[in-house]
Amino acid sequence: MGAKDGPLNEETIAAWRTEGLLDEASSFRGQQRLIVPRSSLRRTAGRLRDELRFDMLIDVTCVDYLAHPRRHEVAERFGLVYQLLRTEDVARLTLRVFVGETTPCVESLVPLWESANWLEREVWDLFGIRFEGHPDLRRILLPEPFRAHPLRKDYPLQGLGERHNFPVLRRGEG
Amino acid sequence: MALELPDQVVVTKLDALANWCRKNSLWPMPFATACCGIELMATGASRHDVARFGAEAFRFTPRQCDLMIVAGRVVMKMLPVLQRIWQQMLEPKWCISMGACASSGGVFDTYAVVQGIDRFIPVDIYIPGCPPRPEQLIQAIIDLQDLIEREGTVEGVEFRLRERQQPKRALLELPVIDGPVRSG
Repeated sequence: MGAKDGPLNEETIAAWRTEGLLDEASSFRGQQRLIVPRSSLRRTAGRLRDELRFDMLIDVTCVDYLAHPRRHEVAERFGLVYQLLRTEDVARLTLRVFVGETTPCVESLVPLWESANWLEREVWDLFGIRFEGHPDLRRILLPEPFRAHPLRKDYPLQGLGERHNFPVLRRGEG
Repeated sequence: MALELPDQVVVTKLDALANWCRKNSLWPMPFATACCGIELMATGASRHDVARFGAEAFRFTPRQCDLMIVAGRVVMKMLPVLQRIWQQMLEPKWCISMGACASSGGVFDTYAVVQGIDRFIPVDIYIPGCPPRPEQLIQAIIDLQDLIEREGTVEGVEFRLRERQQPKRALLELPVIDGPVRSG
């Protein structure tokens, strides 16, 4: 896989790697992917926005690698995925950040892209990954009293009884 | 004892009169959350024409309705809404659970989907199907009309019968960890 097929050329990749902005770069069928150390996510994303003009954050999502057949290939249990877009030439870029399962936390990208607000809330809601510096980190899909993060692979599909924990209305009451 | 009555006078029971009025003017509350709602709309439209059975006045406020038609899956975030709407409807009121999802959760056996609305609100008629055809919904309305005519009373005492107070089936509960997730 040639890492140069994408918006970042080899010189930039080498320079950024020495600065500690990224760990690894690869590309597959013209789509480039950067693996970024957790500590430098905000810096790398800021450079991508300001120097390479990636002006749009399309999506933030997460993969839980618990019991995944290729778990040994990734450093940590959770892999965050950021999809970036440069609107002037429709160039796309994927950022990956890995976080561990004990108090998973990364820096929020809301200061860079407003669209990160709801996307990060969704990842918090369903995977339980905290975003440091997020202005309003509340659940977005599930009801607020919900305790678990149900897209984690150790959460049972049918839940822990939350769906049946409601009052029963009878005839002639209320 | 024969009683001579003028031609324009009819003698009946008050219960029968109330039932006759109620069954022929059901006002549905369309609680349509999914694809069953499309069939519900088709039932209300001209081809199937539920007006033939006096139930064409769909109202989107529960205060003007006496028949709740739950058409579609109900998730745990929607169930408090469903219960509040049911409580806002005036007595006497009835409920039709339309389709597999409303009756049992359907194929959506996941953490967020309620496995049958009859666990939490009273249901009078169930309609199978995924989604049911409009003819099935019309049949359910006819069956409900028969039910009202058979057991209805002007004071609505039939709703206080013990068998209508019971929840419809046994609740096989999974253990809830960490205390209640949502209180009433």
